[in-house]
Formats: sequence, C-alpha cells, structure tokens
Amino acid sequence: MEKNIAYIALFAALVAALGLIPKITLGFGVPITAQGLGIMLCGTILGAKRGALAVLLLLLLVAIGLPLLAGGRGGLGLFFGVTGGFLIGWPISAYVTGLIVEKWRTGSIVLVSAIASVIGGIFVVYLFGIVGMAIVLEKTFFEAAALMVAFIPGDIIKVIIAAFLTGAIAKARPASLLSRQVKATS
Amino acid sequence: MISLTSPVETRAHHWPAGLKLGLLSLVTFGLFFVDSVIFHGLFLAFVAVLYALPGTVFFKNGWKHLKILWPFVFIVVVWHLFTDELPLGLTVAFRMMSAVGMANLVTMTTRLSDMIDVVHWLTRPLRKLGFNPRVLELSIALVIRMTPVLVSKGQKLTLAWRARSTRRSGWRIILPFTVLALDDADHVAEALKARGGLTNQENQERK
Repeated sequence: MEKNIAYIALFAALVAALGLIPKITLGFGVPITAQGLGIMLCGTILGAKRGALAVLLLLLLVAIGLPLLAGGRGGLGLFFGVTGGFLIGWPISAYVTGLIVEKWRTGSIVLVSAIASVIGGIFVVYLFGIVGMAIVLEKTFFEAAALMVAFIPGDIIKVIIAAFLTGAIAKARPASLLSRQVKATS
Repeated sequence: MISLTSPVETRAHHWPAGLKLGLLSLVTFGLFFVDSVIFHGLFLAFVAVLYALPGTVFFKNGWKHLKILWPFVFIVVVWHLFTDELPLGLTVAFRMMSAVGMANLVTMTTRLSDMIDVVHWLTRPLRKLGFNPRVLELSIALVIRMTPVLVSKGQKLTLAWRARSTRRSGWRIILPFTVLALDDADHVAEALKARGGLTNQENQERK
C-alpha cells in the first residue's frame, strides 16, 4: 500500500519535473517536451493501474490550479481548449502502455516497451487528442489528424528513449519495475 | 510551490468554488449549442470585461495565461480564410477563447485550499465503495512536496553534467533522474511504513 502510493505520487512529480527540462525543437520548428515521455514511463515502469493513477493524480493537481505541465502551465483552461483531448487521453495511454508490458512477459523489455509506447503513447494519445481537436476546432477527424503529422517524429524519438530507459531501469532497479513484478506489491 | 491563483484579491475569490466550477461547466457546454458569430464575439467581449474588472495587474496576468491559444487561433482563422468560411472560423476561435478564458478565470479566482475541498466533496460517494480519502490527500501532498525536490535534483544533475562536458545534457540525464525518483519513492514508502503506515491508521480510526 505505502509503496504503491509513494510510487504513484513520485511518478506524478516526475512527469511534472520532466516538464521543466528545456524543450528540444526539431529541425522544422516543432517543439517536443519530455512530458509525453513521462506518460510512457508511467505505463512501462508502473504498469497499467498504477501508471494511470499517477497520471490522473497529476491531472487532478493541474485541474485545481498547479502549474505542473510543460512551461509552467496549469489550470482548468487546458481541459477546455485544444489540448483537452490529449490530457483526457493521457491516463488511458498510461493504462494501455502498462497493460501491454504487464501481459507480454516473454519478449525483451526494451522491445516490448517500445511497442507498448507506440500503441499507448502515440495511438491512444493521438486518438483522444484528435477527437478533442476535431470537437473544439469543428473539423473532421482527418482534418484534425493532419495537424498532428508534424509531431510524429518527436514522438517516435520519445518512444525510443522510453524503451531504452525502461530497459536500463530493469537492470539498475529491477525491484522498481512494478509492471513486470510477479505479484503486485502491497 | 506557486499556484496559479491570482494574488489580486477579487470578489469572485469569496464565491464558493463548487458554484464557480458548476457554472463554468454549464456555460461552456451551452456555448457549443450556439452558432452565431455575433453572439460569440459579444460573449468574448464579456469575458474580456470580466478580466478587466479587477484592474490592470489581473488583466495582464490573465492575458499571459491565454497566450498558448494564439497558434491555434491563427491556424483556425487562416484555415477558414482558405476554405472561404471566415464566419465559421471566427465562431470557432471566439468560442475556444471564451471557454479557455472562463476556465482560466475560475483557476485565477479560486484558492488551492478551496479546490481541494471541492475534490474532497466530489470523492465522498467513493468513500462508500471503500475508498480512503486520506490516501488521496496524502498523495496530493506528496506530489506538491516532491515536485520541487525532484526539480532541484534534476538541476543538480544538469550542473554535474555541465561541469564535465561542453555539450548539453538533453535527454541523457533522464535515466539517472528516473533512478533518483525511484529511490526517493522507496525511501518515502519506507518512511510512511515506519510511521505506522496507511492501513494501520485506517484500522485505528475504525476501532
């Protein structure tokens, strides 16, 4: 119980802290922030349930007005604008990513994390984000999807980093890789 | 940690947080049922007046929070200029600015403690399902406490990197950073257990 709470809270704090890493701007002017990477790590390291809870906890704090998202952003406004769909997709993304790592135990952790991050961290987030943009901007799904194409290279870089990080954590702190623990710690 | 609540005291600071949040949801929902560009223009002007009422400092502060919208407003307007549907583009842009503007107003005029009370109230039905509200409160406190700790550890890592290399650290420090966070989580878990743990407290309360 205590370990679960400490891990969930610390990962929420970790994702918030990752927002402060200066964003890298890709060659053609699209910024990538490390927070999306943090969401993937919540799934690959904490597993489905705890990962989703960590992201939900972070979003709750953002909603009540703490500036925890990249660039010191926060507040309810983020949930009502174009970014709303992405934020709603985040906990589900962490859940899906975590679920894949939990269920698929035979493969190498790096490979499994990469595939899980692509499905959870890119497909799921984009799905919710694009639907959110389509609603707010009154566009069709595909028109909104076109706006996202520029972010794909950055997200692929994040998937690669998330996969190698998870592999490195599996070696450095095997007991902390809750997604691959035989039985959930309580 | 600094919250986004405005330091400029307004009358709305004293209104119940639940009321403000309820109104915000209702009005935002309602905005999606109106398609008139004139209505949305007037409504946006009304939101701007709300920002201006508490004075210049408040207005400027609010303006700063809404800056993230500009790229999207630009995309929407240019897009509709191309498709020759400018009124629709303006409706979408105005509505988005009003919705985000109002939500931001609620954030600016509601203290963190009032918001936490609303969260407490909202989770009441969950208590019947065996949810321990202490767990949520402790988690909120832990994140608020640990975020600055992690940020300062991250800065130290960056400094350590810079002392040894002329190149920027970038993503390379994320691994040691994550390991530090995991170790912190283990320490916090042990500390919580050493202080009686969470399940214990709950049992004692029941007795």
